Amino acid sequence: MADELIKADTVLDAIAALPGVMVARRDLGELVVEAARGDDYALFTRLRDEFAFAQVMDICGVDFPERAARFDVIYNLLSVTRNERVRVVVQVADSVSLTSVSSLWPSATWWEREVWDLFGIPFEGLADHRRILTDYGFEGHPLRKDFPLTGYVEVHYDDEQKSVVYDKVKLTQEFRNFDFLSPWEGMTTLPGDEKARGDRK
Amino acid sequence: MSELATRISKTVEIDNHTINFGPQHPAAHGVLRLILEMDGEVVERADPHIGLLHRGTEKLIEYKSYLQAVPYFDRLDYVSPMACEYAFALATEKLLGITAPDRAQWIRVMFAEITRVLNHLLGVSSFALDCGALTPGLWGYVEREKLLEFHEAVSGARFHSNYFRPGGVAKDLPAGLADDIAAWAETFPKFIDDVEALLTGNRIWKQRVVDIGVIPAEDALAWGFSGPCLRASGIAWDLRRSQPYDKYSEVDFEIPVGRHGDCYDRYLVRIAEMRESVKIVKQCLQKMKPGPIKVQDHKIAPPARAAMKQSMEALIHHFKLYTEGYHVPAGATYTVVEAPKGEFGVYLVSDGTNRPYRCKIRSTGFSHLQALETLAKGHMLADTVAIIGSLDIVFGEIDR
Repeated sequence: MADELIKADTVLDAIAALPGVMVARRDLGELVVEAARGDDYALFTRLRDEFAFAQVMDICGVDFPERAARFDVIYNLLSVTRNERVRVVVQVADSVSLTSVSSLWPSATWWEREVWDLFGIPFEGLADHRRILTDYGFEGHPLRKDFPLTGYVEVHYDDEQKSVVYDKVKLTQEFRNFDFLSPWEGMTTLPGDEKARGDRK
Repeated sequence: MSELATRISKTVEIDNHTINFGPQHPAAHGVLRLILEMDGEVVERADPHIGLLHRGTEKLIEYKSYLQAVPYFDRLDYVSPMACEYAFALATEKLLGITAPDRAQWIRVMFAEITRVLNHLLGVSSFALDCGALTPGLWGYVEREKLLEFHEAVSGARFHSNYFRPGGVAKDLPAGLADDIAAWAETFPKFIDDVEALLTGNRIWKQRVVDIGVIPAEDALAWGFSGPCLRASGIAWDLRRSQPYDKYSEVDFEIPVGRHGDCYDRYLVRIAEMRESVKIVKQCLQKMKPGPIKVQDHKIAPPARAAMKQSMEALIHHFKLYTEGYHVPAGATYTVVEAPKGEFGVYLVSDGTNRPYRCKIRSTGFSHLQALETLAKGHMLADTVAIIGSLDIVFGEIDR
């Protein structure tokens, strides 16, 4: 067990020493690396070539609208020879592009197309930059937090035009966001109770 | 002379055309729209268009509590529903910092393996059907029905079982089910023998699948292959062995590995995996002991129905769980399981509330389908159908 821990730490230390790595830590047993945008491609090259991360299993985005660098782009790398996973997190602002890693791992192409489709993060050097999951001619990026769950358009068959047509979404009742978050546990400050823990003496 | 030259130039006419394969095509395994550029009958380019079954599962989950998110996972890979639930249950447990009780873990391992057989039965038999062999399909469906009865007995539903919950499983096995599963495990290997008698040595079958869609190990890695497709290329990589979860470290099984990475090896690996799954199911039945099947913390798992009739506290817990749900500490995890098709992962981000902030589903077939052009290039159109069949693609999980 102790040997394993020492071995695990050497991997962590080695990765932490790479250029472009801001933070490297173990989170719930998983190796997490926060990388700087711009240095990420060089880092990925070294991770693939020197650390044998031969596979990128997943690339996905997470949207934090309140942050200046709004998006996290997560790369889940796997090394089958070392039996090790690493999660690389790169922060990127809205309408700022990342360097595509599809030249390192061909499987990244579709994952990056998906991130573009769902979050609107462009990738430089991505040969095929079409949308992938949404409809042909879709507008917007649906996994952004400011995109409504119901979307903007709906399709239906129009009997007069004898074809499928797009229409603005019509809700027969207002969209209800069921918020069961308990004020006693989830929220820290109750409405009307803002002064209770203030700085006033 | 000039007349001859014109005649020759007329015969050298390149027969290039594009065909639209799907989205409604029985061999497309769902709603795959495949644009094929053909040179005569040889595939030059294959461009899969996916997303025709996109339902926005990941967005919907952001608006549901953790417990309400579970049924969405059944609807991803609808051929092996419990395997998808498994990844979400493990991810949520990891963030909550809980582990399911022993019996629950054994039940989950057993049903994950039953699901594997369920998946490979359909995978192999529809693969054979794509290549023109009807009988394995008919037999496979009969056998699948027996397994779906186990699903139904334990969860009440044949497909959308909603059975693996964060913290354990929904219900204990009903009386007599363990004996039924044990009886099935005794007879099932005979069925695999029968299917193998139809296919493995069959000349027509081998003509259709041997050396078709070959992918070497390095390419399989680069294209993000996992599961049987990766093992068929000769890499003995199985998450059940290399990164074991629940009770997989305590069961004894072999990892079948292919050598050529062609359609035939992918078929053989699946057949061999079914035999291994039966072994694991038997071991689970032996090692399973009576005990709780979900965590006993009623902030996470609901109290017994009977307790609710007597205890005020149980009633409150029940109400709170099914309205608000539980709060998951802030954090993120990428948790994977060895689903029948390969690595199925969930990247779950929690912000400390009762709903997932982000739930990314890493579907297996997404990577496999992406490599279709590499696999099918230079093959005949009919071989493309065999390749799609051998990749075992289900659009519920690819499109999400």
